[in-house]
Amino acid sequence: MADTTLTGPAHEAPDAVPEFPMPRESRCPFDPPPALKELQEQGPLTKVRLWDGSEPWLVTRYAEQRALLGDGRVSADTDQPGYPTKASPEAGEGKLSFIMMDDPEHARLRRMVTGPFAVKKVEALRPAVQRIVDGLIDDMLAGPGPVDLVDVFALPIPSLVICELLGVPYEEHDFFQEHTKTMVRTTATPEERGAASREVAGYLAGLLGKRVAEPRDDLLSGIAARVTAGELTHQQATEMALLLLIAGHETTANMIALGTLALLQYPDQLALLRETDDPKLVASAVEELLRYLHITHLGRRRAVTEDIEIGGQVIKAGEGVIMVNEIGNRDPEVFADPDRLDITRDARRHVAFGFGVHQCLGQPLARMELQVVYGTLYKRIPTLKLACALEDVRFKTDAFIYGVHELPVSW
Amino acid sequence: MKVELEADKCVASGQCVLAAMDVFDQDDEGIAVLLDEQPADEHLDGVREAVAICPAAAIRLVDQ
Repeated sequence: MADTTLTGPAHEAPDAVPEFPMPRESRCPFDPPPALKELQEQGPLTKVRLWDGSEPWLVTRYAEQRALLGDGRVSADTDQPGYPTKASPEAGEGKLSFIMMDDPEHARLRRMVTGPFAVKKVEALRPAVQRIVDGLIDDMLAGPGPVDLVDVFALPIPSLVICELLGVPYEEHDFFQEHTKTMVRTTATPEERGAASREVAGYLAGLLGKRVAEPRDDLLSGIAARVTAGELTHQQATEMALLLLIAGHETTANMIALGTLALLQYPDQLALLRETDDPKLVASAVEELLRYLHITHLGRRRAVTEDIEIGGQVIKAGEGVIMVNEIGNRDPEVFADPDRLDITRDARRHVAFGFGVHQCLGQPLARMELQVVYGTLYKRIPTLKLACALEDVRFKTDAFIYGVHELPVSW
Repeated sequence: MKVELEADKCVASGQCVLAAMDVFDQDDEGIAVLLDEQPADEHLDGVREAVAICPAAAIRLVDQ
């Protein structure tokens, strides 16, 4: 009988395939799971088991992560054999536009919307973002504390900015933020996620229709014009608008809230930020917090379409790969003393935005928003403090994007 | 030292502009544009940074 051959619990067997994601049993909520660090010490690649029993490769070291993310033989197409899905996809659900496609179609679609995210275009938005941030802080200071920083500050900022850029009325934010939350919650059923996604897609399809008829000076009108020109179908245009609307929401919002929580735990680092007038140090703090935190904790996922030899292994065509950037960003070969938050270090080479042709399109915008936030909030509210015990903060281990559900703060 | 840019590989991430604003710019679609093929020594560190972080590996710095 098979069970008589077991010498102990299955998880103690040396050849057991570990499950991914791993439990966050570390006492530090900002550190990767200890099991992930152990795997990284053992080697750059290892097999893991996912929710559906599939066994893709987990890539734990920085160099191999960058090499694979930049390799044309790995596919971002979720329909490819071996693609490691984060959860069960809803049958018949549309693709989330170009992030789930390969070149040349990926490049064709992505280039349609890259213009507004160029560095100088984003820089031109900085004064408007500064006004938004200052206005939200004014409102906070005018009312009683404590407040939930996620609700009154962290989420409204990226939401207001992307709504303005796209031309989506911000007044509707309750509607789409509620659905976006469902879409990124791993505990939501595929049906719930599918329904939420269709609700927002339907809303955006309606807005796109209006912009076809009456174009404005916004990104939705630009996408609508591609439909009129026959370069995009209505379906493709809607998927693209949905991607742009939701991509910046949870990510930037969690970077603001989790970043603030991390800084509150490191008062010396917070003091450096509070006291500086040097935009370079603020920019450096943004890069270090992007490296140190791990918003995209479930990794960048791909399917391999041709055999690839890397890190002493052969990844076969049809196998999946997961590049866990949170552990790549803690690779001691690349970042000295990687578990230390040090806003003065040069962290620019982090892979928080991914790498390769799919690297985050909105990163100049995210960087600028975070620079304004980190450069303003702690100066304007120098007495900002956590209004509950750290142990009582609920972390988003149940979401595709890591962060905190609420952040009660007072001052 | 000479900078080489393969613009058809570019994914408009803007990393090079952030690293070396005197050497790189972006066109209306965000695609990188090389402003200075032979940058002065003071810009070379920024160019090396751009080479290292370009997600599309579209930039090279070559000896002449």
